[in-house]
Amino acid sequence: MNNLIIKQYYGDYGEIETGAASTTSAETGWPLWEVFIRSKQGLDHKHAGSLHAADAQMAIENARDVYTRRMEGVSIWVVESKHITASNPDEAGELYEPAIDKVYRHPTFYDLPDEVGHM
Amino acid sequence: MQIQDFEKIFQGKIDTEIKIEPKDWMPDAYRKTNVRQISQHAHSEVVGMLPEGNWISRAPSLKRKAILLAKVQDEAGHGLYLYSAAETLGVSRDEMIEQLLTGKAKYSSIFNYPTLTWADMGAVGWLVDGAAILNQVMLCRTSYGPYARAMVRICKEESFHQRQGFEILLVLSKGTPEQKAMCQDAINRWWWPSLMMFGPKDTESTNSDQSMKWKIKRKTNDELRQQFVDMVVGQIKVLGMTLPDADLKWNEERNHYDFGEIDWNEFWAVVKGNGPCNKERLDARNKAHAEGAWVREAAMAYAEKKSKKLERKVA
Repeated sequence: MNNLIIKQYYGDYGEIETGAASTTSAETGWPLWEVFIRSKQGLDHKHAGSLHAADAQMAIENARDVYTRRMEGVSIWVVESKHITASNPDEAGELYEPAIDKVYRHPTFYDLPDEVGHM
Repeated sequence: MQIQDFEKIFQGKIDTEIKIEPKDWMPDAYRKTNVRQISQHAHSEVVGMLPEGNWISRAPSLKRKAILLAKVQDEAGHGLYLYSAAETLGVSRDEMIEQLLTGKAKYSSIFNYPTLTWADMGAVGWLVDGAAILNQVMLCRTSYGPYARAMVRICKEESFHQRQGFEILLVLSKGTPEQKAMCQDAINRWWWPSLMMFGPKDTESTNSDQSMKWKIKRKTNDELRQQFVDMVVGQIKVLGMTLPDADLKWNEERNHYDFGEIDWNEFWAVVKGNGPCNKERLDARNKAHAEGAWVREAAMAYAEKKSKKLERKVA
């Protein structure tokens, strides 16, 4: 039902599968890559954006040119977008439901006397 | 669930300031409006490189040349951020490029004006980028997540563009009589087109209401235009120059500057393709795209060859 509605609601930009058009350029054959940047040593790589490139090497070089022109990064990861599997927001309810009723996982659940001090 | 239920959930998110992300359900018209707006914005960044590229080889010093190169490179990057944001909505890069090259898609009309003197680099940076920044700062809070994130990145970089432009004019304004005249002339030519960048009046703008309801936009064309006028009137005093508008004066009651009527005939003529440089800009883009084709093909051929070599090694 959901899928049907989504389908009829897409506009005049052609058929879209699972919310994204073909990520490989038909004209150049260059696939889409996702770029992750580590802004400094000690921090995680964080998603910065995406770009098209012929191969991984070129994706890294392009990522350097567009995402680190002002020293924003010390390390770059690139991965072809097609290799990323994303959770479905429509299923978010069921997916995260097990976490909702487990308040005892949080330290604030436990009421301890003040004498204990910082714990 | 019915479509109406999906719409209700969607509008509920917008109303409570929850960003819409690519895989979320969204009304068809929201998707289309965003694709149109983001791709036009991307095209504007790309075409915007042309009037400035015109002066890279003729910048008056190595310092100015380096600055201008960096600025034009930024615009290319901004185009990429925006194309990527639009791609998350299901439109392909090829499709957007084709719409630009065939003239089907619009870009900001401001880039259909010529850059005649070096002072134009100053006026473009100060006025054109200045006007764009007001719009872009607003768009940092737009409701579609990838668009908002692209805008945050762009705004961080854009501030240098405006400042270097103002500095170019500041130097000219302290120069020889000829340089001062050149400075004033550039301001005179770019002032009205800059005001037009905010689009038609609110009473004439067809997309405004729905875009405000969906929080794609958060300020109307006229609000942004007024904000721009108020800002520039203060800054031009530092230059010791004037704005070419006899009706410009402070309005105590409104707490804003009043300004003269924009030549809307000119506005619509340029939008419809009859500006001074519309044809030249499109021709330049088409030429660049055609002449770059072999590079794109060669890169792909090289990548394929390398991956085959790797396969052989593994085997």
